[in-house]
Amino acid sequence: MSSQVEAAFARLPEYLAWHVLLSASALGLGLLISLPLAVAASRNRHIRWPVLAGASLIQTIPSLALLALFFPLLLVISAASEDLIGHGFSALGFLPALLALTLYSMLPIVRNGTTGILSVSPAIIQAAEGVGMTPRQRLFQVELPLAAPVIMAGVRTAAVWTIGAATLSTPVGQTSLGNYIFSGLQTENWVLVLFGCAASALLAMVTDQLLGLIEAGAAKRDVRRAAIGAAGILIGVIVALTPLISFGKPASYVVGAKNFSEQYILAEMIAERIEDLGGEARMKEDLGSAIAYRALASGEIDVYVDYSGTLWANVLNREDNPGREAVLEELTKELAERDGVLVLGSLGFENAYALAMRQDRAAELGIESLDDLARRSASLTMGGDLEFFARPEWTAINEAYGFDFRARRSYQPTFMFRAVTSGDVDVISAFSSDGRIAADNLVTLADPRQALPPYDAVVLIAPDRVNDARLLAALRPMIGSIPVEEMRDANYSVDRDADKLRPVEAARALTRKLGLD
Amino acid sequence: MAEPRIALARVTKTYGAHVALSEASLTVEAGEFVALVGASGSGKTTLLKTINGLIAPDAGEVRIEGEAVGALAPHILRRRIGYVFQEVGLFPHLTVAENIAITPKLLGWDKARRAARAAELLDLVALPREMGSRFPAALSGGQQQRVGVARALAAEPHIVLMDEPFGALDPLTRDALGEDYRALHERLNLATVMVTHDMTEALLLADRIVVVAQGRLIADGTPQALAASTEPEVAALLAAPRRQAERLRARLGETA
Repeated sequence: MSSQVEAAFARLPEYLAWHVLLSASALGLGLLISLPLAVAASRNRHIRWPVLAGASLIQTIPSLALLALFFPLLLVISAASEDLIGHGFSALGFLPALLALTLYSMLPIVRNGTTGILSVSPAIIQAAEGVGMTPRQRLFQVELPLAAPVIMAGVRTAAVWTIGAATLSTPVGQTSLGNYIFSGLQTENWVLVLFGCAASALLAMVTDQLLGLIEAGAAKRDVRRAAIGAAGILIGVIVALTPLISFGKPASYVVGAKNFSEQYILAEMIAERIEDLGGEARMKEDLGSAIAYRALASGEIDVYVDYSGTLWANVLNREDNPGREAVLEELTKELAERDGVLVLGSLGFENAYALAMRQDRAAELGIESLDDLARRSASLTMGGDLEFFARPEWTAINEAYGFDFRARRSYQPTFMFRAVTSGDVDVISAFSSDGRIAADNLVTLADPRQALPPYDAVVLIAPDRVNDARLLAALRPMIGSIPVEEMRDANYSVDRDADKLRPVEAARALTRKLGLD
Repeated sequence: MAEPRIALARVTKTYGAHVALSEASLTVEAGEFVALVGASGSGKTTLLKTINGLIAPDAGEVRIEGEAVGALAPHILRRRIGYVFQEVGLFPHLTVAENIAITPKLLGWDKARRAARAAELLDLVALPREMGSRFPAALSGGQQQRVGVARALAAEPHIVLMDEPFGALDPLTRDALGEDYRALHERLNLATVMVTHDMTEALLLADRIVVVAQGRLIADGTPQALAASTEPEVAALLAAPRRQAERLRARLGETA
């Protein structure tokens, strides 16, 4: 327990620094865009409605979706700029997070700004004109100072929202306090989840109080109070950002990981091996499944582990199943030709999609294969991870076996296992290397029609690293050396409820066990 | 011969079908105190606002000391004309002294000169100098309007426009402030145009009274000349103060 908290604290300077940099930049940019919009909206009632409605509309988009939407958008823009001026930019990480959070911060500032300016009394406006102010002088000397308390109230709301929503930038590859929450959620490390929530809430509260001082200063025309608030914000941002001076320098290798335990463990293993050979390695965790490959192909990350079946279906858009060896062979050839990506080889185990049921339930219903399952499906409920029902594998087995489930539910993987053990659902989508299959007394169902493609865990290398001798030397010994039982154990040591290991500890244990150290 | 301070020639303003001003012509010389009287909606405030460009006429011409108003940038024009109105409109986020010195500040006067001018004007409108560092919210209605007058005079204008300036004040304050302003007007040789719906106030303060009805100037003369007018609308306007004066005399005579 205390060692977990200690480990969490050790990462705080880096996570907090990125979180503050991201929120402060988004809020600053949001102010820069929103204030002129508010002024324009207060001046011209024809644009007032569209501006306020537009800002409200953005607010109705769930923040996670807004963040995710910027990734493909930026990819397209980046490709266009590469064609046009020969320079692309990163579609992952800071930029999409910044843009989404900026948009997200706008509504309260635009709305309060417009209201604040419009609520300045007509007598004051008449006096401002009467004493000979230009429209600009009227805005800066009269309207904005008088609207300042209302505008600051909007800025406070925007700051709290932005800091909260910034935790969601982790899945698009931007480090933030959300790293605690997403990693913790995956490994069922609730201490980590709580730590992330508390850190982000504390940051939001402190910021809110300091901005509150500025607001009160503006309302009571108390310059001293406003100055204390402003100085507090400034000092806080500077102190929070200092770790970035050391963390900010680009690490020589970026190791990617998707958002589940096996990926964390393998990424830690790879990172340690790189560091053993004198390289510097940095993790980019919790990447979405679709984002990870694109990030590798574009050089955002240098190496990560993916699964042959996933690449087969999602990257090559293939639905056929020529068999394990053929898939691996063709994949290696196609990815090299198409994207210049190197498939270094299989780690030696499969992490295939499999449907799993409780042993007792399967025995009771007489289900051993997907054929048996299809016959009983009308009275059963199926649970899937968040992406399963949208994946080609689901389409493939559904077409092959003709399922007709009574209901389908999607879960975050951790809760999916809870749902099947508690009987909320009868069957779930699982991964063959998942330690929880054995631990929860589940059985995987046979796939006699071979509808599910093979899922060999393969190491992928980014195009500009395919000739990097140190990287290849670090990774080659891992190829073909991890049996599925060892991976399952390692995964379970992270996923289990009691006596949990952190991914880095599990990675070290696995390395020792396999004699790879 | 010097140009008149204010010269309106056939000024017309319409709002849709409503004619607010119809071919109004008016000349005000230095030292003249002109009251514009008439019922509400008669067009007297519209007339006043065409002088400092708060309202642009549809036809006709307004000249200030010989210069056509339309040819000047509105803010340059307004810095040369004092403006006092019923709601006062002091800036609540500025001190009394900053309020008074706002037009000098816009004109680029330096800080010392502005401070001296604010102190001078506080004396002029009979307010203690310490009041300069207070905020308007701490002042009574009458004090606020004294500051309003001071603000209008700060940049040494030759012209002051007043729109029901004392309308919201209690009778005693109103009387004192009216007389004080009249004295200032004479001392500074201003051209003052004051809109009021109160005929008694106009009679007591103004050199000339201009009666406005349905957008037309139907009478223009000294209080005495107006008293002799046979125009029914003018006579009606004068009837009320006359009757009041008689009743007052009768009542006060009884109790004496």
